[in-house]
Amino acid sequence: MTTFIDASVRAFALISGFDRELMSVISLSLMVSGTALLIAAFIGLPAGIILGFRKFPLKGLLLSILNSFMGLPPVVVGLFVYLILSRSGPLGFLSLLYTPSAMIIAQSILAFPIVASLCHSAIVSVDPIIRQASAALGATQFQVSVTVMKEARHGIMSGIIAALGRVIGEVGAILLVGGNIAGYTRVMTTTIALEGDKGNFELALALGMILLVLSLVINASLHWIQKQAIRPMNR
Amino acid sequence: MNMQLTVSNITKIYDSIRILSECSFSFEKSGIYGITGPNGSGKSTFLRICSLLETPDEGKVVYLSDGRSLTNDISLRRRITLVLPGVGVFNATVMKNVLYGLHIRGQKGKDAEERGTVALEFVGLHNKKNQNALTLSSGEKQRLGLARALVIQPDIVFLDEPTASVDRKNTAMIEDMIIRLKNNNGITVVITTHDAAQAKRLSDYSLVMDSGHLSPE
Repeated sequence: MTTFIDASVRAFALISGFDRELMSVISLSLMVSGTALLIAAFIGLPAGIILGFRKFPLKGLLLSILNSFMGLPPVVVGLFVYLILSRSGPLGFLSLLYTPSAMIIAQSILAFPIVASLCHSAIVSVDPIIRQASAALGATQFQVSVTVMKEARHGIMSGIIAALGRVIGEVGAILLVGGNIAGYTRVMTTTIALEGDKGNFELALALGMILLVLSLVINASLHWIQKQAIRPMNR
Repeated sequence: MNMQLTVSNITKIYDSIRILSECSFSFEKSGIYGITGPNGSGKSTFLRICSLLETPDEGKVVYLSDGRSLTNDISLRRRITLVLPGVGVFNATVMKNVLYGLHIRGQKGKDAEERGTVALEFVGLHNKKNQNALTLSSGEKQRLGLARALVIQPDIVFLDEPTASVDRKNTAMIEDMIIRLKNNNGITVVITTHDAAQAKRLSDYSLVMDSGHLSPE
């Protein structure tokens, strides 16, 4: 208990003093996860939209795969990306292994199914009468789709935030492909694992606190968005 | 009425069940056409086909203007509209709902706002223009549906059971609005209802739908 209290006090000191190492780890974490989320949204949203609006062969199978991939173990994704990017792998010539780019690729793969699947769910959950009402008022097929997406906006946003929650806290994939190199690929979760192992609890605890706050902010945002969908506000 | 609608031998089959059987009719004169019939008789399907939201399995839907048949394209579909039984209000303010039909036609700005205000005053929802449409009562939603239809100034309005889930007070208001819509705006209204008395009160021309068969009363 004394260790915990002592570590907590020193962790607070690190946070309040804007410790350089701490800040660099936090900014790299946010950069990697933020970029991964942007890439996942850039690919996942159109994929979710196509799945939500179009009918095509094997769509059911594709959706099942996508839903299963929402629960992909990060360490498996890490291993997969590692094998692809390693020197003997098909993309080894890019020399991306143990770089932030490799971490972004791994986290994008983790976030993509969540964004795409939840975007699809949000679109198909919109009452079919909205499509009919929109078409009946003279909307083109494209305008109908835009209207449906506007109605699904809360669900789509929830998907993006859920994906951020998934990648910001994962450790398995980025540890494998990033290598946890100090000042280069070391992020919050990998630092916690490493410093915890070394018995250097104050930095680990400080980062743990920040991760908890981030998680709280993400969940509060999700809760707020879901509340907006249930009890619409005037706009 | 500068637009006529002729449907000939319309048949629609869902999952091997014949919903409509060779329905034919010409909506030639302006006025209110009332289609009565029990639930499940095919009235809604008939309206969706007439308003070009669905295609029939057999038969033809032809719109005529000055004796010439019109092509089934977006410009024709923008001259007619259907108000669905549940209306399908969008998660936006009452005013934004009303302006939807104008916005998708590229009409924005002050003129559109004014038309929206007139439409909302017509249905008595002007004082709720900034309220989210999802918070309206069923009767108010139906009136909003009428305003959304009115603002785009269509030639023909199809109303599918506009008072099915509405209280007596709102029913009277909606009926009054439908009559004013015809008298003031010269719009042809085709209304379905399972209430024969209502059809009698409103209609200039009465039709009956029975097990997918349409016939004049």
